[in-house]
This record gives sequence, structure tokens and C-alpha cells, in this order.
Amino acid sequence: MRWLLEKDLLILRRSRLTVALLVIYPVAIALLIGLALSRGPTKPRVAIVNETPPGQTIAVGSEHVAVGRYAEELFSQVQSVHASSRAQAIAAIKSGRVLAAVVIPRNIAARVSSGLSQASLEVLYNGNALEQSLVQSQLSSALAQANLGFSEQIQGAAAQAIGLLLKGGNLGVLGAPPDLIGLSQIPSGLKGIIARQPPGPDRRQLERMDAFAQFAAQNLGLAKNVLSTIGQPIQIKSTLISGRRTPLNTFAVVVAVSISLMFVAVLLASGGLALEREENTLQRLVRGLASREGLLAEKALLGAGCSFLLAFAMLAGIGAFVSLDWSRAGLWLASLALGALAFGTLGVAIGVLAREVRAASLLAFLTSLPLAFLALVPAGAVASGLYDAIGVISFVFPFKAALQALDAAVNQSAPGIGVSLAHLAGLVVLFGLLARVGLRRLD
Amino acid sequence: MSETLAGAGAGAGAGLGGPVLSVRDLAMRYGEREALRGVSFDAGAGELVAVVGPNGAGKTTLLSILAGIQRPSAGSVSRAPREIGWVPQSPAVYAKLSVAENLELFARLEKVADPARAVERMLEQTGLGERAGEQVGRLSGGNRQRVNVAIGLLADPPVLALDEPSSALDPAQRARLWDFVGSLAAAGTSVVFSTHDVNEVQRYAKRALVLAEGELLFDGSPEALLAAAGEEKGDFEGAFVSFLHGRGHR
Repeated sequence: MRWLLEKDLLILRRSRLTVALLVIYPVAIALLIGLALSRGPTKPRVAIVNETPPGQTIAVGSEHVAVGRYAEELFSQVQSVHASSRAQAIAAIKSGRVLAAVVIPRNIAARVSSGLSQASLEVLYNGNALEQSLVQSQLSSALAQANLGFSEQIQGAAAQAIGLLLKGGNLGVLGAPPDLIGLSQIPSGLKGIIARQPPGPDRRQLERMDAFAQFAAQNLGLAKNVLSTIGQPIQIKSTLISGRRTPLNTFAVVVAVSISLMFVAVLLASGGLALEREENTLQRLVRGLASREGLLAEKALLGAGCSFLLAFAMLAGIGAFVSLDWSRAGLWLASLALGALAFGTLGVAIGVLAREVRAASLLAFLTSLPLAFLALVPAGAVASGLYDAIGVISFVFPFKAALQALDAAVNQSAPGIGVSLAHLAGLVVLFGLLARVGLRRLD
Repeated sequence: MSETLAGAGAGAGAGLGGPVLSVRDLAMRYGEREALRGVSFDAGAGELVAVVGPNGAGKTTLLSILAGIQRPSAGSVSRAPREIGWVPQSPAVYAKLSVAENLELFARLEKVADPARAVERMLEQTGLGERAGEQVGRLSGGNRQRVNVAIGLLADPPVLALDEPSSALDPAQRARLWDFVGSLAAAGTSVVFSTHDVNEVQRYAKRALVLAEGELLFDGSPEALLAAAGEEKGDFEGAFVSFLHGRGHR
């Protein structure tokens, strides 16, 4: 095995273009996927046409909320681009400068203040089905957030108005009487007056007023709490069932490294074995110069060894930019080593199917890339039956297990590293056997 | 099954010193198909034995069994595969390695006692000394075939099996190859080669084994094959075709 391994490394050293492609291509793909995963969805670029007159307010009892505050809420949810008119907004959409436009109509204040009809916004957009879907999902979320923020402001104004009714004071509204008595102050004032009244119809009338004032003050006090409940009826409390909460950027590192590990190991192992067939040397070797098992092990080790070194260098390099726990480096090595070996045996299982290096590389690439994507599909993102099928496919190929092992090693995520390493060891045996059976078929 | 015709020179391996290689009742089945049916022959030291026959006759199967690539369904070969040098039809060499690196690698895999010496010997024997450092992928087809043959001879085997060694060579390269193979035979190596080119059989072989549909129809000298076909004038190709026709093979 030693001489064959030395020979393969020598051939690899002389195939500079292949080596460059083997290193650059998976690393580039891995980094792109990693970057895409680590960056959350960006705010959509939206043109906003505010047709409301400057300084326009919505009256809430004695309080007023500026309509401009709604526009501010909306601005905070999107990358806003000011448009002075509807026509300008449409031009911006057509030119592709913005994804969509939101028109805040002139009559929005009147509609909200009336309490009779709901105020509405106009959303303008264009594009193909994908862009339309993007607008629907991104803008509906942004508008919902803006609505929530604006309703909180209205709710705050309403709460202030209720507080004034309860405590009394100056309303600050032109023409309103100064130093108004508060609803909560009425019962204590009435008590003295009632005590001085002789029994009779006037006293009974005053006692009824006192009872109403007490009841009204108590219930108006509760109304403030009711308002906050209506504003956000259900709060969300998140609980992670197992493992540790993983930051998106370190998970992206794990994904990027796992993809590189997979590509290099699978491509090298499959290509190495296919090369023996392409050069007609396989028959010469298996006539007693090397055992079939030894030959498969050598190719799997070639792929595993090279990918292990590359992946560890990548992990260490990225570690300079992303905070990683180096005290767990031993576990990184274990997960990378077993992951690389599993990918290497998958590679030789692919390699026995191909007569040429190019065919083996294509087959390895076409097999590996979808597997990586399938393993990243989150539960609930697709129909349950399809997710189950994806789960089975991901279980019998090494990518998901390697990803979970490395994620557990780097981020302490669930399931534990032991389970994933045992899974990978099982896959090494499975693909080793498949490769051996495939090689016998060639005899 | 027809009877094997034994021509003059048949069983030459049983001559002085006895046969170097003995093949007995070799059979090979692929499911229902019989690729070889009870093939027996001997080869003596320094003998050049040609295995000739139409497509699908079983020539490559016979040589693959001698080389140990396939196991026969029945029968025996007196030598272990490691004692038989094998030269496949297409060069089985690493294009990215130099001539010397290829030879050294296979010498080590063959567990030759002194790989460096074996490489040196083969470079000298094949006349590739000046090309030793050149990558095999950059060599001509003829030189690549010489490296292919050299690898088969690294362990200094008493028997060399060549599967259609000249099929991809031009006439000049072919002549050089046969000179080299002739010198090996002259040095005592028993050479068994398969070929489509019956003129090569007449020109270079000491004995011819005619196979058709897995059956050994003739074992004897090329001259005896001419006689058996009733062709006395020396048209070997015509004699070979009429010999096959006479036995129901087209």
C-alpha cells in the first residue's frame, strides 16, 4: 500500500491543475454557501411615497400621534428610498433600483381616526414569480412589524388619555376646562358630600353616583392592561430542547468545512481508483501485486488524508476570524478524520463504477452536491413525507453525519459527537463493502 | 467437440528439460457461454507460442487465466501467476510517471529483491535508458509498449504472456518489438502471445495454437498448419482461413 500511496501522491504533485481545482473549487463553493448561511435575510430595498401632508396627526381621545411616525416605523423595517411621487416609485421599480414601493395615502389619518373603516397602504411591485414571492414574503413581514410599532404608539397615546381621565389635570387641548377632576378622585370627594346629606332621594342619588364612579375608575384602570394585551396578545418564549444555541456564523463555518472535506475526499478517492482503470493498471495490480481490499483502502486513505489536512487548515484559518473553542480541537480532529474516511470510502464506491477519471469526477460531483443541499433542508421547510425521504437519503450518505459530528465538536450541538462518529463508522463499513462488491463485479 | 489436431512440433515443451509451462483441460464458463473448453498445451524454454483465432475464440481469456486475472472454471496451470510475466494488450503504465519510476514502482510491488538493479537491467534490455527520466505519457506508442513489456519482465519470469502486443504499433515499431521478444526467447524465456495477425504467427512463432469458440483446434508448427490446410505454397493467411472453414468456423 505504501508504494501505491507514494505513487498517487507523486502523480497528484505533477497534476497541478487538478490539485488547484481540487482545493480552490470546493473551498470557493464552501465559502459561498457558508457566507449565504451566515448572513441573515437583508432588509428589502423599498421606495416609500408618503402622500400625507407634513405634520398630519391621528387623534386618539385627547392625544395625537403624528402620521409621520408610521412612515418612520416603515423606514426602520426596510432599506428605504424616498420617492416624491407614485410615478417616480414605479420608475424605480422598473429600473430595478428597488424591489417594491409602498404608497402611504393622503387619507390615512382620517381613516384611522374615524374608527369606521380600515386604513390601507398600496404596495407596487413587478418582476418574475420569484421576485413576486420575495416581495410578498419580505414586505408582508416588514409591514406587519411597522403596523405593530405604530399600533404600540397609538396604544401608548390611548393609555395616556385613560390615565388623564383617571387622575385628572389639564388636558392641554384648546378650549378644554383647566384642572379637570379625575375619575378616581370622584369617590373620595363624594364620600364627604354624602356624609353631610340627610337620608332621602338626593343622598340615594349621590350614593348611586359614588358607586358608578368607583366601578368606572376600577375598570378604566384595567383598560390600560387590556390595551397592552391587544397590542401584542402572545409573547414568544424560545426553549432549545438539546445541545447549545449555535451562532449562525460558526454553523456556517462547520458547513463550509464539511463541504470541502466531502468534495476533496470523494473526488480524490473516486478519481484515484478510476485512474487505475483508465491507465489499465488495475488488472496488473490485482493479479497479485496488491489485494483488492488493500487497493480500495489505499484510495480511500488518499482521499481522506488530503481532505483531512485541507479541512483542518480551513478550520484553523477561519478560526482566526470567527471565535472557535480551541480547547475542543481534539474533537475537531476526531470528527474530521472519521468524516474524511467516510467520504473516502464513498469515493471508492463511486470510483468502481467509472472507467475514466473524468466520469468518476462528474459522478462524484453529481452525487455529492445534492446530498449536501438535502442535508441542510430544515424540518418543516418541506412536506413531512418528503422530509422523511430526505432524512433517509441523508442517513445513508455521510454528509449529514459528518456535518453533525463537526457541529457537535465545534459548537457542542445535538446529537452528541459519539452518535455521529458511530454513524460515520457504520457508513465507512457500508461503503467499503459496496466498493469491494463493485470491484469483484469488474473481475 | 472435435479432436485437437497435433501437427509437427506439437508438445515441443516436452522436449529437452521438459515443459516450462503446462496447461491442462482449461475451461472457462460465463454463465451459459463456454469461453474455453478443455484447452491443454505445453510450452518449453525459449519457445515462442502463438495463440491465434477469430474474434471471441478465447485468446484473451486464456492469457488472462495464465496471468492470474481470471480463475478458470476447471483445469490447471503448472505455474503460479507470479511466475508468469504478463503484458496486457493496452499499455498498463502510469502516464504521469517516468519510465524509471514506472519500472521501480512495479519492481517494488513485485517484491523484486533489488529493484534498482532490475530497473537498470530492463532499461538496458529495452533500450530505454536514454528515456528513463521521461514521463511515459510523452513517449511514442512503440516506446510505451516497450515499457509495458519491460514491466512484465521485471521479476525475470520464466514465462511471458503477451496479449496482442503489436496491435497498436506501426510496422517499424512492430519489427523492433519482435526483435526484442525474439531476443527474450533466445535467452530462454518461454513466450506465449496472442495475435490477430496470422503473418506474425508464420514469421515469429515456433508453434501455433489455433482456438475457435473456446476450443483448441490445432497445436503445432506454422508449417504443419499449412500442411493441415492443404496449402503448400505458403499462403499462411489463406491456409488459416481454409483450416477454420474446414472445421466449420467462419
